[in-house]
Amino acid sequence: MAIGWYLVVSALIFCIGAGGVLTRRNPLVILLCLELMLNAANIALIAFARMWGNGDGQIFAIVVMVVAACEVAIGLGLIVALYRQRLPVDVDDLRELHG
Amino acid sequence: MSAVIFFIAAIGALAGAIGVVALRNPFYSVLALVGHLISLSALFLLLRAEFLAAAQVIVYAGAVTVLYVFVVSYVGDGTVPLGPGGLRLRNVSMLFVGVLFVELSIAILGSGLKAIDGEGAPYVPGFGTPEAIGEALLTKFLLPFELASLLLLVAAVGAVMLARRRMGGTTLDDLPYDESRYVTPRSLFSGTMAEAVGALHAPPEDPRQTARQTAPYVPPSERKPVPAAAPPAAPAADAAAPAADDTKED
Repeated sequence: MAIGWYLVVSALIFCIGAGGVLTRRNPLVILLCLELMLNAANIALIAFARMWGNGDGQIFAIVVMVVAACEVAIGLGLIVALYRQRLPVDVDDLRELHG
Repeated sequence: MSAVIFFIAAIGALAGAIGVVALRNPFYSVLALVGHLISLSALFLLLRAEFLAAAQVIVYAGAVTVLYVFVVSYVGDGTVPLGPGGLRLRNVSMLFVGVLFVELSIAILGSGLKAIDGEGAPYVPGFGTPEAIGEALLTKFLLPFELASLLLLVAAVGAVMLARRRMGGTTLDDLPYDESRYVTPRSLFSGTMAEAVGALHAPPEDPRQTARQTAPYVPPSERKPVPAAAPPAAPAADAAAPAADDTKED
């Protein structure tokens, strides 16, 4: 398959994830959609690594996965802390920092 | 053959992504993410990234989604109807996403990279294997590797600090053990797998227990004796229907 096809899939997944981040209000689902966007970036990185025959792009993808794992740990910790404080788990109701 | 596998995996990945966004129940969203990630690892294999495909399945589909499932079970179903203005916001964001996709398509179609239409560089044995990745990580990319480990450490410590129970300046560890502080603030049946998939609806919360949970902390020694709300059940009835007794108590 041509490399361009992988880039098209990557762009589609990125757009779906961006739409989810903008439309959903549950922070859990927003985190899931962020995962989608990071994975879309990963496909593009790996496709370009294949295109040039250079393994450095795969190292980039591993770093992206590490960052995604950290983001999940912190994000889920925040959600659990919100739930413990009996705050609404809804990004529209959490506007303490809104001003 | 690779084209067939590519289209199956790509359709699976896109369907999983749409499922994550469109499904109302967060539990099903997580399951859709698992399907998405497995399809994605097939795409990685087609791109000769063997180590990354394995890492994707083990780290993401194995560990991260288990974390998600636990938190969805703990927090419960958070589906709420859209508030006023939500529909307009959704239309605007859909427009934004459409514009974003058009822009990305222009970037891909108008790219000056000739190799985009090709299959990629000729395959060299050892490309994308654990040996190649490990060698690159420990020689060329040693500093990013160490920084990534530091980032993981910071994230782990931060998650522990966030998820810790706190009350003002003191923690529960500083106080004498009191059972009522350790009751999870939620009603019966909430936080179970059955509720997460919508098979079960939690009864309304007991206002008595909610008041106790939100009331300021009083040490057990200074507490006034509280009269029992319900008379204790007879031992025979208790033994006959323990489950019914449980629901009454909670």
